[in-house]
Amino acid sequence: MLPLVLQIATAGVAAEPPPGASSCSGCHPPSASAETKVPPLRGRDPAEIVSAMQAFRSGERSSTVMGRIAKGFSDDESKAIAAWLSVQP
Amino acid sequence: MVRSTRRKFLSGGVAAAGAALLPAPVLAQATARIVVLGGGFAGAACARALRRVDPRFQVTLVEPNPIFTACPFSNAVIAGLRSIEAQRFGYDAIRKEGITVALEQATAVDTQARRVTLGGGKALDYDRLVLAPGIAIRWNALPGYDEAAAAVMPHAWLAGDQTLLLRRQLEAMPDGGTVVISAPANPFRCPPGPYERASLIAYYLKKTKPRSKLIVLDAKDSFSKQRLFEAAWRQLYPELIEWVSLSNGGRVVSVDVKTRTLVTDFDSYKADVANVIPPQRAAEIAQLADVADGTGWCPIDPVTFESRLQPNIHIIGDAAIAGAMPKSAFAANAQAKVCADAVAALLRGDAPSPPKLINTCYSLVAPDYGISIAGVYHPAGGQLADVEGAGGVSPIDAPADFRALEAAYAEAWFRTITAQTFG
Repeated sequence: MLPLVLQIATAGVAAEPPPGASSCSGCHPPSASAETKVPPLRGRDPAEIVSAMQAFRSGERSSTVMGRIAKGFSDDESKAIAAWLSVQP
Repeated sequence: MVRSTRRKFLSGGVAAAGAALLPAPVLAQATARIVVLGGGFAGAACARALRRVDPRFQVTLVEPNPIFTACPFSNAVIAGLRSIEAQRFGYDAIRKEGITVALEQATAVDTQARRVTLGGGKALDYDRLVLAPGIAIRWNALPGYDEAAAAVMPHAWLAGDQTLLLRRQLEAMPDGGTVVISAPANPFRCPPGPYERASLIAYYLKKTKPRSKLIVLDAKDSFSKQRLFEAAWRQLYPELIEWVSLSNGGRVVSVDVKTRTLVTDFDSYKADVANVIPPQRAAEIAQLADVADGTGWCPIDPVTFESRLQPNIHIIGDAAIAGAMPKSAFAANAQAKVCADAVAALLRGDAPSPPKLINTCYSLVAPDYGISIAGVYHPAGGQLADVEGAGGVSPIDAPADFRALEAAYAEAWFRTITAQTFG
């Protein structure tokens, strides 16, 4: 019985985003768009996102606003966000 | 909360058969009825997010206006830089996702029966209610400023006809006229909004009516992105904008519509165009649902956005007391997504995990001159608090290409967030 219950409970249910992840789509579009230079994040290599966040946080990579945002997330938080984003359809 | 959900489902006929075998929250999640009141950046985004979390949720979005008119970028409409049509969005895409859109006004909330009554007489039962009603103007909180006064001295703080009225008045004003903006005390919708508006009106005046003057009368001594705005004003609009702080007698204490005069403690200002941004509170339905406190705004739990005053009701967007988060469209939209996850967790019988949220607000000082403020927030001490060391405003000494990039990002943000919410 239990496996069936779990199946019912999770059928079609999206995995809950880790802390902070759902805010990204306020600026980042779901797919590349000619109308914005802001890159899409879904389906990206998680390592790429984690290292970008590190570089924004340290200031090694210049930005307008991402440096200010990246400072609000630890490496572990960035990793969780990147992993979640990488599996979003 | 979970207990009451179980009770309700046990009393239902079809659900009762399975309820003996299945844990109640599983059933609750499968058939949960969620009503969202308010179809703006918070409500429409939350309705969508709920269906994405679990397509089996029965979600009803209640919104009286068939077309939403967005406030962000409405200052560009006032300045003649943008058409009001670019601010308008419908709900067709939301309907296509299986969300019921009820184009009606909610007139009552029975928190015991968990039922919302609509203007047409219909009632909607809910397992969870999300209130995203936005703001209402506190008429007469500023003596002399009532609905009739707003037809002469527009607030333009709810986008639409008021936006166009202020635009028309600016167009009709002769060169050499005086525009007066009255800015309220905190908290209010869009903290940098009055100053972006002053900037873009100044841009219009400088171009077309250069002998004119703009005065901002403020009930505050400081405001959002102040150093950036003031530096830009000195650079772009010297002698044109005058900001009068609270300490310098800027607080407007009454208005006289007949003479279009704004009265402060020490002085009175006769305007050719007067834009009164009045004190505000959470919209009416928040009072009717008994979720607003003595401040007029709605206290919430910072993890779930559930009301501190009524169970099973969540408040998001400008109506909520969201601690350090400003009343902005970005914040409303970020809260909507976190609230949807929390509602889903509660319906599953899980404890929602503490969220983090981001806000980014752009302001245009000129079409190619953008500035921003950002923040990262987390629950701390029962509030949504700033994550220390994060956030802040654009650099004060940035070069012109940086400002131009932020102006471009501002427009990109609007396209992305409106597509996500309505598109």
